[in-house]
Amino acid sequence: MKLTLRVWRQKNADADGTMSTYEVDGISEDMSFLEMLDTLNEELILKGEDPVAFDHDCREGICGACSLVINGDAHGPERTTTCQLHMRSFKDGDTIDVEPWRASAFPVIKDLVVDRSAFDRIIQAGGYITAPTGAAPEAHATPVPKPDADFAFEHAECIGCGACVAACPNGAAMLFTSAKINHLNVLPQGAPERETRVLDMVEQMDDEGFGGCTLTGECATACPKGIPLMSITSMNKEWLRATRRVGRR
Amino acid sequence: MTSYADYATGEPVVDTKAPSGPINERWDKRRFEAKLVNPANRRKHTVIVVGTGLAGGSAGATLAEQGYHVVQFCYQDSPRRAHSIAAQGGINAAKNYRNDGDSIHRLFYDTVKGGDFRARESNVHRLAQISVEIIDQCVAQGVPFAREYGGLLDTRSFGGVQVSRTFYARGQTGQQLLLGAYQALSRQIAAGNIEMHPRTEMLDLIVVDGRARGIVARDLVTGKIDTYFADAVVLASGGYGNVFYLSTNAMNSNATAVWRAHRRGAYFANPCFTQIHPTCIPRTGDHQSKLTLMSESLRNDGRIWVPKAKGDTRPPNEIPENERDYYLERIYPSFGNLVPRDIASRAAKNVCDEGRGVGPGGQGVYLDFADAIRRMGRKAVEAKYGNLFDMYQRITDEDPYEVPMRIYPAVHYTMGGLWVDYDLQTTVPGLFAIGEANFSDHGANRLGASALMQGLADGYFVLPATINDYLARNPHHDEVTDEHPVVQGVLAETQDRLNLLLSVDGDRTPDSFHREVGELMWEFCGMARTDSGLRKALERIPQIREEFWRRIKVPGTGEEFNQSLEKANRIVDYLELAELMCLDALHRSESCGGHFREESQTPDGEAARKDDEFSYAAAWEFTGTGEAPVLHREDLVFEYVHPTQRSYA
Repeated sequence: MKLTLRVWRQKNADADGTMSTYEVDGISEDMSFLEMLDTLNEELILKGEDPVAFDHDCREGICGACSLVINGDAHGPERTTTCQLHMRSFKDGDTIDVEPWRASAFPVIKDLVVDRSAFDRIIQAGGYITAPTGAAPEAHATPVPKPDADFAFEHAECIGCGACVAACPNGAAMLFTSAKINHLNVLPQGAPERETRVLDMVEQMDDEGFGGCTLTGECATACPKGIPLMSITSMNKEWLRATRRVGRR
Repeated sequence: MTSYADYATGEPVVDTKAPSGPINERWDKRRFEAKLVNPANRRKHTVIVVGTGLAGGSAGATLAEQGYHVVQFCYQDSPRRAHSIAAQGGINAAKNYRNDGDSIHRLFYDTVKGGDFRARESNVHRLAQISVEIIDQCVAQGVPFAREYGGLLDTRSFGGVQVSRTFYARGQTGQQLLLGAYQALSRQIAAGNIEMHPRTEMLDLIVVDGRARGIVARDLVTGKIDTYFADAVVLASGGYGNVFYLSTNAMNSNATAVWRAHRRGAYFANPCFTQIHPTCIPRTGDHQSKLTLMSESLRNDGRIWVPKAKGDTRPPNEIPENERDYYLERIYPSFGNLVPRDIASRAAKNVCDEGRGVGPGGQGVYLDFADAIRRMGRKAVEAKYGNLFDMYQRITDEDPYEVPMRIYPAVHYTMGGLWVDYDLQTTVPGLFAIGEANFSDHGANRLGASALMQGLADGYFVLPATINDYLARNPHHDEVTDEHPVVQGVLAETQDRLNLLLSVDGDRTPDSFHREVGELMWEFCGMARTDSGLRKALERIPQIREEFWRRIKVPGTGEEFNQSLEKANRIVDYLELAELMCLDALHRSESCGGHFREESQTPDGEAARKDDEFSYAAAWEFTGTGEAPVLHREDLVFEYVHPTQRSYA
């Protein structure tokens, strides 16, 4: 396949960026999208040009590092991560736009690489269960009903890639934040911190400059792990419940 | 200069710090004998932890909970992304919830035997003891393990073991355990007990007066090279499988932290012990950047075959039954498709070497579910393996319900690593290595679902107990600053190396060298190794190294985000580590576990150990790039599990 790529190039956080056009040839449809970019980069290096910077690591769809907006869609046309997207999803002669995640809370570091540390700070605000090593009771001391365990797992699958934020017209991080809150709040182990968790995480999310949710549902459509839109509703319920209970104390 | 292969033999390693006495009392004894640091004094001690995978994440969180000041590093943009996250299958623990005869002693026994009698008994027994506490800890953190309808934890059986002791969270156990550790780490970061440096890569170790006192690290965003000082340094930087270029490791997993530590005095043990996993998706062409593992559980119902005739290019469904060779069932009638990982891998290589491999380049064998679908029905196969079939289809664009899967072995895990004693301390005082970065518990072959167990045992329970002893015995260090001549020297060396990489301005990319050394290692130090092949590799590696420094091209500067520079710098270390791996494989002229020397096999083609000669861990001491290293042997004593020869025919 022969393709035309229009790629966002930006030297660093302070520089202005621009879309640059590149031609790539000899692309096999078995290549992953990132392997196609590898091919471009090998050519750029030999020409003495700066290769395109992009985040990637496991290349099997689980680490959450890769993060490209392809033809306007976070992670491109298939419901998966960029690393699991293959070139057979494109046609010979296509022109493909490649951009970084766009959100004010995710500033660009270079080219297609963005700073997602805001997600880490949301987790630090309360996305954990306080269980210092050694303090744990016997694992079978607290049975967890299977539906609750399955609900927790469904939300725990989030890989923290940020596609939900990139896809949202408001740049909201509600799906990411709600996934962790739902994972932990449904479990008996998470109950003691149930209220503070949701209040603190939502407050941190707002402080980071993410937008508000207007229920457009783009986040859940872009999510490579299928975190459901209802997750946000559950979080809002938790938040309302927590405000009332904490206010009463 | 002597040739690299003319290594010298030094003093054996005698003191492993493992206590004597009954094996089930040793860990208690060691913990009791270890000195403690007064809780009020802990915050005065700084500990550096490099890496945030299962081992590093759990260690950083636990040390911070104890009151130490932790300074932690990862090259990823977030500590949540370390490659432990990709582990699929599960984590072993001797809980005996199934009442099926499991016990700490059985897990200990299975691990020593599975490692083909090349691991230290004391360490393995401790691992089995701690396994039960790990599950408790993870459940308390909210790790969503699979549960039964009654609300209790589910388990499954795994890889050749006769009990059901593997806890799991669908096919994402590593992800869930890692997020548990990451969340504990996040709590300590928020509390101000951990200073976290993401996108920062360790480039060298600082050893002052014979003790590890800090590291040199590069901020991958700004390119700034900085020093960080501490009272002890913990390496949790993972394995070195990426020396092979193609592996199931993450793209940026690398050996620089452990190799730089080795250069500064830490012995490197059993570098040739690598695990090659039999069921990975084959490569499709030269563009291939990494390989993807398919859970070995597929071998429970899939049948492995190749055409009987060489060069048979017919589509698999047109090859009649009597022209197929179900070679595992033929050679190993009693174990069939369920032989251990190393044996399944070698058998696949053999049939492909005979010219009977399938798919692009003849580097693949069929894993066929047609019989299973006939026997169980498509629905049942879907319920059991649906997610794996989907993953396969996404990558290959072939429907495994209709055509057989193609699989081929790939490098997956490295059992070798920095030599550590019972306290997980390397031969450099104050330098500890945990998780896959050390060599300790798996011997010559790791059992499935044991890597997660070891990483968390080291990080949550072993290191936090043993590092106390070191810090208590060395309470007052002179302060080290950038002005110290040793630090100046290490900084200058680091800067010079990066400058040199940037200034060669040759005509070959970093990846082209990585691929070249990787292919060489795969051919001569992969699934089957020979004296002549290893010697060929040892001759070739210094030539590649020389060419590298003549022809490497790294665009850009060192003072910016520069992924080519990161890569090139890691390859510098692969080009030395590869040499040591080949030497270790050459000197160990026996076969054991994942290390198969063609010269040492039984009449049926199985690995033949030579216990009289090689019942030791080989700990290598660095003497200079391309210079013959010094071998130190740690003799392995088996008091509880007596070595036997494996047979699966």
